[in-house]
Amino acid sequence: MAIEVRHISKTFGGFTALRDVSLEVRDGELLALLGPSGSGKTTLLRIIAGLESADPRPESAVLFEGQDVTRQDAGQRRVGFVFQHYALFRNMTVFENIAFGLRVRPRALRSSEPEIRRRVMELLELIHLQELAGRYPSQLSGGQRQRVALARALAIQPKVLLLDEPFGALDAKVRQGLRRWLRKLHDEVHVTSLFVTHDQDEALEVADRVVVTNQGRIEQVGTPEEVFHHPASEFVMDFMGHVNLFHGRIESGKAVFGPLVLHHNGSSASEGRSARLFVRPYDLDIAHHHNGKPSLRARVVRIQSAGPQVKVELESETGEPVSVETSHAQFGELRVSSGDQVFVSLRDARIFTEDYSI
Amino acid sequence: MAHPAILGDQLSEPARRDSRREPAALRWSLTLAALGFLALFVALPLLVVFSQALQKGLAVYWAAIREPDALAAIRLTLLAAAIAVPLNLVFGLAAAWAIAKFQFRGKNVLVTLIDLPFAVSPVIAGLIFVLMFGAQGWLGPWLGRHDLEIIFAVPGIVLATVFVTFPFVARELIPLMQAQGTEEEQAALVLGAGAWQLFRRITLPNVKWSLLYGAILCTARAMGEFGAVSVVSGHIRGQTNTMPLHVEILYNEYNFAAAFAVASLLALLALVTLGVKRILEWRIRQLHRDIAALAEAGEA
Repeated sequence: MAIEVRHISKTFGGFTALRDVSLEVRDGELLALLGPSGSGKTTLLRIIAGLESADPRPESAVLFEGQDVTRQDAGQRRVGFVFQHYALFRNMTVFENIAFGLRVRPRALRSSEPEIRRRVMELLELIHLQELAGRYPSQLSGGQRQRVALARALAIQPKVLLLDEPFGALDAKVRQGLRRWLRKLHDEVHVTSLFVTHDQDEALEVADRVVVTNQGRIEQVGTPEEVFHHPASEFVMDFMGHVNLFHGRIESGKAVFGPLVLHHNGSSASEGRSARLFVRPYDLDIAHHHNGKPSLRARVVRIQSAGPQVKVELESETGEPVSVETSHAQFGELRVSSGDQVFVSLRDARIFTEDYSI
Repeated sequence: MAHPAILGDQLSEPARRDSRREPAALRWSLTLAALGFLALFVALPLLVVFSQALQKGLAVYWAAIREPDALAAIRLTLLAAAIAVPLNLVFGLAAAWAIAKFQFRGKNVLVTLIDLPFAVSPVIAGLIFVLMFGAQGWLGPWLGRHDLEIIFAVPGIVLATVFVTFPFVARELIPLMQAQGTEEEQAALVLGAGAWQLFRRITLPNVKWSLLYGAILCTARAMGEFGAVSVVSGHIRGQTNTMPLHVEILYNEYNFAAAFAVASLLALLALVTLGVKRILEWRIRQLHRDIAALAEAGEA
């Protein structure tokens, strides 16, 4: 089911959590709301669920399949919600937790007991926890609780599944497994899903599309590839992973960052403005000699080779820290060690200029 | 598992020394101090009550309890508790729910008000009721015209009992409910539960132990209350005397055997209340384990 959010703002006392946010979620997609804490992503999720209401404004609305649900309360919207800390019912077994949504239906709509049993067993099978049906939440591991919370949300056959930091409270290894499992589950169940995360790897790996939020606004909406390779703003570029940042200026149509002089095909209006250069660590090459490309001199400070990539920390001639990532094979050919003077050149970078004049 | 006593004996061996443990001498002296204190202030008085009560033999004991005024006092005490405890259960649950799960203006004032009966001397509490409902009190003339008796009558005793036992349930529930938060309720809401289902299936089961514990404390205090009840009672034998008041009257009349007999009954009630609490806790925990084990066996 498609979801549409129109012009939503939300303030808590003096704090503005959302500023005029509009968003469309396509039918059947798995969408990630990605942003740092305090960026408003969880608030947006809770407004969609009906657990929070947006600031009342005539143009703001939440629509499910084109139908305005702004005034419906959470129970009427039929959404599945998975809480960050699972919120399993501690006084009920796993079985009863999953059955809860089916049992609280009005009598006329409630399924028969055998029907409820069948549905719960089906879901238990889906989450591979059939043998733990009689356990209480306190007797489960974090990953198991997470799966029970998901099954409980799916039991009411929700029109949309909302997950708040679904893997936030789990350790790295369980997280990895559950991520892949969630993706697989979504491919099987096909329910429109939104999940909130502050982990860009998680968003990029699992989601069909990613919404990057910052300070109550949406910075960019796009596929993981778009968001990663074509960040729409400095914030997105920075948030998508470690970057090197250089400060410079546009001079005679070129972007000048100290010793680095780069082509800049912006308008002439940007002349004289300050500019910032963002380069990912793996878009930098290290060489012993100047290779004709724009490059800067740097001194190797530290080499960290434990991991899938070799990380080299350097200090540029202007004293700025630079980090470079390279494959073990390339690093083997290069043969540098701490203290060496080298040249660092860029393969790819993005330049952002101030889009306003002072 | 190392037995604490054994570990204590082995403390002289440096290799076995566990730095997290206090020296044996300190542990034993602390334990002894606690036990001694308990013996002196709890066990010994209890023993004295029972030995004094039975000093003149079972027949006298039995007669003191079966005496009509004593029976009336027992009935009144049980009646006051039977009214005060359910009232405070409802009030305590409502107040704790409001305080723990919602944000509103005046919340701190409410919390302070709930604690008031703990802070105010019970005698003062009794006096307040006399000043309000007594013949010379604010509402006295109005009550008189409508032929309603509150002070020196059963309603006054019930009122005073409700007042002094008022914080027990709420105080017991508030910290637990605050710790549990509102996420489970929110989850139930999203799953379509109505307000009553929410309360009956989520909120109430999650606090049932604290609720029971609060009710038991409340019962014990309701039956034992002296000061506030003494002020509003008027000490009319057979009519407005509760058990503690009856004990006092008998004692003042140098009728020690009878006084201690009724006192022993109060002590017994307290012991039974505590016993019930222990048994219930143990029983229901057992039940939970059984259900879990059965369900697992059933699924396997």
